[in-house]
Amino acid sequence: MSQHAVRPTPASPTPPGGHLLEVRDLHVEFRTGEGVAKVINGVSYHLDPGETLAVLGESGSGKSVTAQAIMGILDTPPAHISSGQILYQGRDLLGLSEEQRRQVRGKEIAMIFQDALSALNPVFPVGWQIGETLRQRLGMSRADARRRAVELMDLVQIPGAAKRLGDYPHQFSGGMRQRVMIAMALAMEPKLLIADEPTTALDVTVQAQIMDLLADLRRDLDMAMILITHDLGVVADVADRIAVMYAGRIVEHADVRSLYRAPAHPYTKGLLASIPRLDQRGGKLSTIQGLPPNLMRIPSGCPFHPRCPYAQQVCVDVVPHDLVLGDGRTSACHFAQEVRDDRAS
Amino acid sequence: MFRFIVRRLLQMVVAFFGTTLIVYALMFAGQGDPIQALAGERPVTAAQRAYLTEKYHLDATGIGGFFYRYFDYISNLLRGNLGESLTGRSIGDILADAWPVTIKLALIAIAVAVIFGVTAGVLAGIRRASIFDNATLLLTLLVLGIPTIVLAPLAQYFLGVKWQLFPPTSGANPDFYALLLPGIVLGSLSLATALRLTRTSVAENLRADYVRTARSKGLPRRRVISVHVLRNSLIPVITFLGVEVGNLMSGAIITEGVFNIPGVGFNLFRGIRTEDGPLVVGIVSVLVVVYLVSNLVVDILYAVLDPRIRYE
Repeated sequence: MSQHAVRPTPASPTPPGGHLLEVRDLHVEFRTGEGVAKVINGVSYHLDPGETLAVLGESGSGKSVTAQAIMGILDTPPAHISSGQILYQGRDLLGLSEEQRRQVRGKEIAMIFQDALSALNPVFPVGWQIGETLRQRLGMSRADARRRAVELMDLVQIPGAAKRLGDYPHQFSGGMRQRVMIAMALAMEPKLLIADEPTTALDVTVQAQIMDLLADLRRDLDMAMILITHDLGVVADVADRIAVMYAGRIVEHADVRSLYRAPAHPYTKGLLASIPRLDQRGGKLSTIQGLPPNLMRIPSGCPFHPRCPYAQQVCVDVVPHDLVLGDGRTSACHFAQEVRDDRAS
Repeated sequence: MFRFIVRRLLQMVVAFFGTTLIVYALMFAGQGDPIQALAGERPVTAAQRAYLTEKYHLDATGIGGFFYRYFDYISNLLRGNLGESLTGRSIGDILADAWPVTIKLALIAIAVAVIFGVTAGVLAGIRRASIFDNATLLLTLLVLGIPTIVLAPLAQYFLGVKWQLFPPTSGANPDFYALLLPGIVLGSLSLATALRLTRTSVAENLRADYVRTARSKGLPRRRVISVHVLRNSLIPVITFLGVEVGNLMSGAIITEGVFNIPGVGFNLFRGIRTEDGPLVVGIVSVLVVVYLVSNLVVDILYAVLDPRIRYE
């Protein structure tokens, strides 16, 4: 296993059918009056049909921006995709016209958002909002769209769906609202669902219900799913693979079991260590020291080095490439193997 | 909703008595000799004085007398009798002549505000920081900065007298054309406010989360804006325009004065100038009702437009 393996390597071999989605070396910057913020700095990941990829990271790590770039709903300006490719079924979405991209949205790739209360339009009934996609995109009649909206609301287990068609978003509880959001995203039977922190705004008990629902729907409808979250607890049961993001890069990429057993990047290690544990009650909670970097002045070398307990001079000077660790794992750390094998901390 | 309306109607009763009492007091409580004021410079004979004292219940003096006359006035008012102005004309007749003119003028002003203000506001909101946006900002600041008392004579002089595009004054029975220039002058202020309000509201709503959702449903941009953004952005604008209709219906004293339009504001101003107490109190009492009703309509409209608002 050579150190400093040169290129960013795909974490697993391409299956015969090809990847459903492949993001290649994506760079996004936000050009504002105060300067240029480099929000995404060479993100690459891929997703196969029916697979669930969890994208993990703090706020500002670029996980949502990547998703919005895939959806094509970034506000440009200020956002600017400076380079990279987003291949969906082999076709580069970034090369399509706005009209062609619009056809992909909702039908091929759908997205659900964090706060369903603000993500749903407050002045239209939920049945109308679910049906709108069907009427506008599929040319369904009002009556057919209503019928289908009830089916979709049944599918996401909203009790008394037919009676609640005419209710407005604010009349639903948080969990039910997120179900409405999911029903809306499923209206066109997408092949890929991007869930951007779908449970962050919810009560803990409701969080589990929504995650279970998403996992069931993904399986039943045979979708692929990108699950964006900052909550390590949420991903373990649902995801196949995890990509950990920091300062607009993927710093570690691994299957769930290996990552939890032996994280190979100091940042992932820090995240795992900061989960409160029942068997260590009374002890001080572990944290990652320092703050996430200012994206207008990303530190030299490895962007994590100012916060990293493993940092050496090389980390300040040289940007680490993705090291392939076997089993399809990669880690963007000069000391990936040492970190992985260091079980002490 | 029903209970809300009933409660509001009850509040309106209190507000009606309160405001009419204040106006009545301001007009009459401090008056020295009302009969001499009525007669002006001419001498009043004893017989005339006795007749007028009887007619206006001036024999009761002090605070008791004041309330006696106030309730006398109100009871007539509630029976639809506004009384007579000091000129001897029925106030009901004066208002019946003046109101249609004022309503026409108000409708022109509102149409100007809606057609130009709201449209330009939507465009400026969509194209934030564009040349169009900045140009409208400059223009609206200019309009908002010039008081009507300056704007109206300027418009009258240049557009009416010098270039003769519009009739400079209206006269007794003004037609649509004669009211057009005053209507535009009157509406320019509402236009500017409506424009700023619409622009801010559209710009704000364009950044809302539900717009991102609508886009990710694959809706065309045109539909996202015309259905999702506009429906939300126009809630405050319609509220403003509703209140504005109420304001304009009650007459525009300056505009009607400058252009010599025999509307409500014109008559009210004349009443104040000639110290015609009954006329002023009569007009203001009716204006109070117009105000209260238009505000109630706006409140109800607000609940209809925004389902999150429920008055219970």
